[in-house]
Amino acid sequence: MLEQWIFIGLLLPVGLLLPAVAIGLNWVLGPKKPNPLKRSTYECGIETVGETWIQFKVQYYIFALIFVVFDVEAVFLYPWAAAYDKLPLYMVLEGILFILILAAGLVYAWRKGALEWV
Amino acid sequence: MSDPFGQIGQFLLNLLIGWGLEAGLAAFLLKLAGAAALGIGALFSTFLLIWGERKLLARLQDRLGPNRLGPFGILQTVGDFAKLVTKEIIIPSGADKVVFLLAPMLVVMSVVGAWAVIPFAPGFIGTDINVGVLYIVSVGGIGILGIMLAGWASNNKYSLLGAFRAVAQLVSYEVPMVLVLLVPVMLTGSMGLGAIVEAQSPIPYVVLAPLAALLFYISSLAENGRAPFDLMEAESEIATGFNIEYTALMFGMFFVAEFLHAFAVSALMATLFLGGWRGPGAEAYPLLGLVYFFIKTSIVWFSIIWVRMSLPRVRIDQMLALNWKLLTPVALSVVVVTAVAEKLAPAAPLGRALVLLGANGLVLVIAVLGLAAYGRTRRERPVFGPAGTGAPASPSIQASAR
Repeated sequence: MLEQWIFIGLLLPVGLLLPAVAIGLNWVLGPKKPNPLKRSTYECGIETVGETWIQFKVQYYIFALIFVVFDVEAVFLYPWAAAYDKLPLYMVLEGILFILILAAGLVYAWRKGALEWV
Repeated sequence: MSDPFGQIGQFLLNLLIGWGLEAGLAAFLLKLAGAAALGIGALFSTFLLIWGERKLLARLQDRLGPNRLGPFGILQTVGDFAKLVTKEIIIPSGADKVVFLLAPMLVVMSVVGAWAVIPFAPGFIGTDINVGVLYIVSVGGIGILGIMLAGWASNNKYSLLGAFRAVAQLVSYEVPMVLVLLVPVMLTGSMGLGAIVEAQSPIPYVVLAPLAALLFYISSLAENGRAPFDLMEAESEIATGFNIEYTALMFGMFFVAEFLHAFAVSALMATLFLGGWRGPGAEAYPLLGLVYFFIKTSIVWFSIIWVRMSLPRVRIDQMLALNWKLLTPVALSVVVVTAVAEKLAPAAPLGRALVLLGANGLVLVIAVLGLAAYGRTRRERPVFGPAGTGAPASPSIQASAR
């Protein structure tokens, strides 16, 4: 069981290391002549105005919030789906009840206008 | 010949033990070598993928595409790499240095990580963990995180805007994707990708669950950030989005990740819905399974490029409306309908297929009717007269506005 995860535990560091090596190679081979003008923010030719890290549109936050609801509930659905062929019909119906509650949440968000991009 | 991949593994294991290594250490080293080979192979295959994609894009636009370096321009990407690797890495002033450097590596890692659980052929799989589907989704989430970090750390308003869009898009499209992935899991009774491929023996899931396959295809296009969902790097709107401040190979890494991701989602689509390595004779000759797998993956990959070339970019409100008001409700109903239909369906393959197809058709008809009704309401826009006069517009303008 745990042995199967060793491969992933090795592959992910390899996946991180390979681009690191490539970027390191780039750092070795590339020129290194920074100057203030070169390092200035590239936006549209004129100097950038004000802070970048400011308050942003709340709409993004609302979508992220709806996503969290759905994602957490999807995690609960996966064990149900994996055990699906061993479940009797009433347990499948219980899972469907759960999905319908999820759908009710979506309808609520829709009616409240949370899904409108304004 | 019946199990060449297992035999190769056994041979290498015996070789390492023959060198005087402990059995456990030898197995570990073999896994490390496998991981390194998979990671390096995946990254180097992007040389070919980028060339192939540029060539296909060019042919679809009636151009020649790269044709100077090597036969058919196949070395073009190597040339591009050589150029990028000798460029200067510029870290913009005010950037969060550590995060700025880490972001492209995280994006590549998430794409390479997905290949760990994809079965290439019988017995040829990185690791057949029993939560493969969930692992793919979660590793894909790291890529979203990387894009967010890249946009945030750059200290640039366009890149921040690109990152916001990316998160809104990727996070939203993950919902229907996660939901429709329940369907193959349900039909198989396991989350392991090996088991999912095994279970598609008479009929692939694209027949049993065509709507789930379609929804997965659309949402993986969006996950990939490809046209028509390339809002997060919309050149004409926000320069190039989250990667605007990246130079040299750090910029290249995002593109390596994107091109590899396109192929990875094609492989995933082929595995989950088209039967993976399954095909006539694949059981007896695993090498044939490898060929089938790559043929199926290439077909899906080609269709992704075709879609990219054919469809214009959607607006951000349209993109979110498509996801939350169409794909997510349809995904929920597909899961419900499949759960009921599969329990009621007979065990015989033909009867099962017909019942599931009927259930999918029902959902499709309802979705199309709902879409038609929605389309009719949306087209009734307010008609404005000439500015200042307040006069009603002429009937001809009204007709064209409709």
